Amino acid sequence: MRVTLRIKRFNPEKDEKPWWGDYEAEAEPDERLLDALYYVKSYVDGTLTFRHSCVHGVCGSDAMRINGSNTLACQVLVKNLGSPITIEPLPGLRVIKDLLVDMERFFELYQSVHPYFISYSPPPDKERLQSIADRARFDDTTKCILCACCTSACPSYWANPDFVGPAAIVNAHRFVFDSRDEGSYERLEILGSRDGVWRCRTIFNCVEACPREIKITRAISEVKNALMARRV
Amino acid sequence: MNHRYDAIIVGAGGAGLMAALTLCRSARVAVISKLYPARSHTGAAQGGIGAALGNLEEDHWQWHMFDTVKGSDYLADQDAVEILCREAIETVYELEHWGLPFSRTTDGRIAQRTFGGHTRQCGKAPVRRSCYSADRTGHMILQTLYQQCIQQQVDFYNEFFLLDLLVDEGRSAGAVAMSLATGEIHVFHAKAVLLATGGCGRVYSITSNAHAVTGDGMAAALRAGIPLEDMEFYQFHPTGILKLGILLSEAARGEGGVLRNRAGERFMEKYAPTLQDLAPRDMVSRAMYREIRAGRGIDGRNFLHLDLTHLGADVIESKLPDISGFVRTYLGIDPVKEPIPVQPTAHYMMGGIPTDVLARVVVDPQNTVLPGLYAAGECACVSVHGGNRLGTNSLVDILVFGRRGARHAAQFIADSPWPALPPEAGEASRQRVAQLRTAAGQERPGAVLHDLQEMMFADVGIFRTAAQLTAARDAVAALRQRYGQIRLDDRGLTYNTELQLALELGGMLDLADVMVHGALARQESRGAHFREDFPTRDDANWLKHTLASRSADGGVKLAYKPVTITQFQPQERKY
Repeated sequence: MRVTLRIKRFNPEKDEKPWWGDYEAEAEPDERLLDALYYVKSYVDGTLTFRHSCVHGVCGSDAMRINGSNTLACQVLVKNLGSPITIEPLPGLRVIKDLLVDMERFFELYQSVHPYFISYSPPPDKERLQSIADRARFDDTTKCILCACCTSACPSYWANPDFVGPAAIVNAHRFVFDSRDEGSYERLEILGSRDGVWRCRTIFNCVEACPREIKITRAISEVKNALMARRV
Repeated sequence: MNHRYDAIIVGAGGAGLMAALTLCRSARVAVISKLYPARSHTGAAQGGIGAALGNLEEDHWQWHMFDTVKGSDYLADQDAVEILCREAIETVYELEHWGLPFSRTTDGRIAQRTFGGHTRQCGKAPVRRSCYSADRTGHMILQTLYQQCIQQQVDFYNEFFLLDLLVDEGRSAGAVAMSLATGEIHVFHAKAVLLATGGCGRVYSITSNAHAVTGDGMAAALRAGIPLEDMEFYQFHPTGILKLGILLSEAARGEGGVLRNRAGERFMEKYAPTLQDLAPRDMVSRAMYREIRAGRGIDGRNFLHLDLTHLGADVIESKLPDISGFVRTYLGIDPVKEPIPVQPTAHYMMGGIPTDVLARVVVDPQNTVLPGLYAAGECACVSVHGGNRLGTNSLVDILVFGRRGARHAAQFIADSPWPALPPEAGEASRQRVAQLRTAAGQERPGAVLHDLQEMMFADVGIFRTAAQLTAARDAVAALRQRYGQIRLDDRGLTYNTELQLALELGGMLDLADVMVHGALARQESRGAHFREDFPTRDDANWLKHTLASRSADGGVKLAYKPVTITQFQPQERKY
């Protein structure tokens, strides 16, 4: 089938402001939107710029706004998108070129919540034990691929770029609720601060945007509850 | 721009991050990666990491070693395999100590499951050896290592593309890379360089590999005059999603899934009576092609069914959640209720940059070390996988040899003076890039790549003949000619991803060339290299590693070196 891709373009070396370009692509109905973008880049306009890698929704490179929703271009099929398909860079992040946005701030915010395992006790010779139930408690938030679909969909983040954003909270949750981790106190200090979890207004945009179907708002509520109870 | 570090690590997947964590306490180290680290292809690994923990039944590293050697069709170097299987155990515990969220047994230990070619008592029956975190084991490994790197404040140069290695007077002196954001060329002067750049699956049209898996490190080594080892051994994973090639983990069969032909027969019973669907990947992929050729593909077509329907929703949702999601998203099929159309998909390069067991790059049949240069993971060939890798062993490989390389590099850095930075360092790379960016031919890089991929899948695949490989050799030569006529639409400096594609393509053409030459020369069938005109293994003539390098006239030069055999003499390989 032929589809029209309506793509928001911007080349910082040439353009003063973004413009819309329409591109015809040949695509199998079962192909991913990313395949159609790749077709355009290969055969129509080699200047079209976007990030891409794994092609099946696990690396988080090709997050963009497709028909008005944040998602991964490799996780949506052409046949489900109609025509024309409107494709824009993620909102809320600085556009560098075409669909490629500046991810530096996003990763800074992620790193600010100490998203790594902290333990002050010496490890045993073999593995630390963890029950199946304790492992299940944080399973959902281990799935995050840091694609930024959630944070860039969040109106609270748009309004306040110092808000750590849903992705960072998800990655803090993954450790706060891990029975083996001993860093919850320091992480909750960060999340309880002015730009932490309380900026979340439970709008659910993040949940809708998450390509990994993480229940983000629930994770944020659990962190809020832990802060109020001062225990996890 | 010039930088100076004790060590430069190229690639931020499992091998690179493990090396960075090992080195960062004793040396000034930076990681160069063309992707943000969390995007690396290690994250796509699914089913598990093999280690004889024995959490659910008796197991020993010696059994793991036997299975790996037999799985390799006796081409693996057994000293390296011994290290792999011994150190796998401590490596898995170390990951757990860094917080990796493994799935758990009922008594709270790391859960393990069966996988292709992993057996108890050297072939008696499948053994539960694969340590897993649902079907997201690679994701968890990549995340855990990246998290630890954040804690250790490792320096990253994200979205930097490797252009060339700096080798001067027989010693590694650093590397040259391009910032994708600005197009600027950066020269990294370093005492040690560790390549951890992954495989080259993108030379094939149907592959489980990410777009980024373009063999940049292997190609850079080849350009620097270093030979590549055993490049004719490329693994096709049996269960890729039809047409798209997306990986459906062997864990699906480890959990009890079976392959069926159009008659609904569990055909692996015929080909591997003991292990059946859990035979190694080379054998299962060949069996699938044989079924298809005999007209027993589904509807007589070029695919078969992976049947999980008897496992029940609980097992599928809890142990295989991601691959179930892929099947729903890309095929619109519920794997709980319907069988899944699958075909073999290009998956893993067994060959690569030759190294010793300390991950030092060696450059000739006498294993002469190139001081200061290291390689680990899929880009390297140590060789622990020989002619065919067992499932779960790539994750062991990246961690064990990433760490070993880094440990040796730490000592090397302490003991060695600085290498001289070659005069005009980076100039050749700069010229190559400038030429490519402004080239005024008529060939689009994307089109040349597409044609390469289709040709490789058709002619350098699971079954090979001299006629096919000769045609492939000529086709690669023709594609290289076309590459000389390239033109780019994008002549800018900011994120010129078309230029990146063209650079990657140049490397992939070089790699395809050595893959084809090695395959044409090897007149036997071993592991994943199956010659229909030479259908048996020939230990008398071919129990040896290929070393392929670029000759002065631009052709490919082949040499060979012996296989290290310690405990297990070659036997007939049956399962």
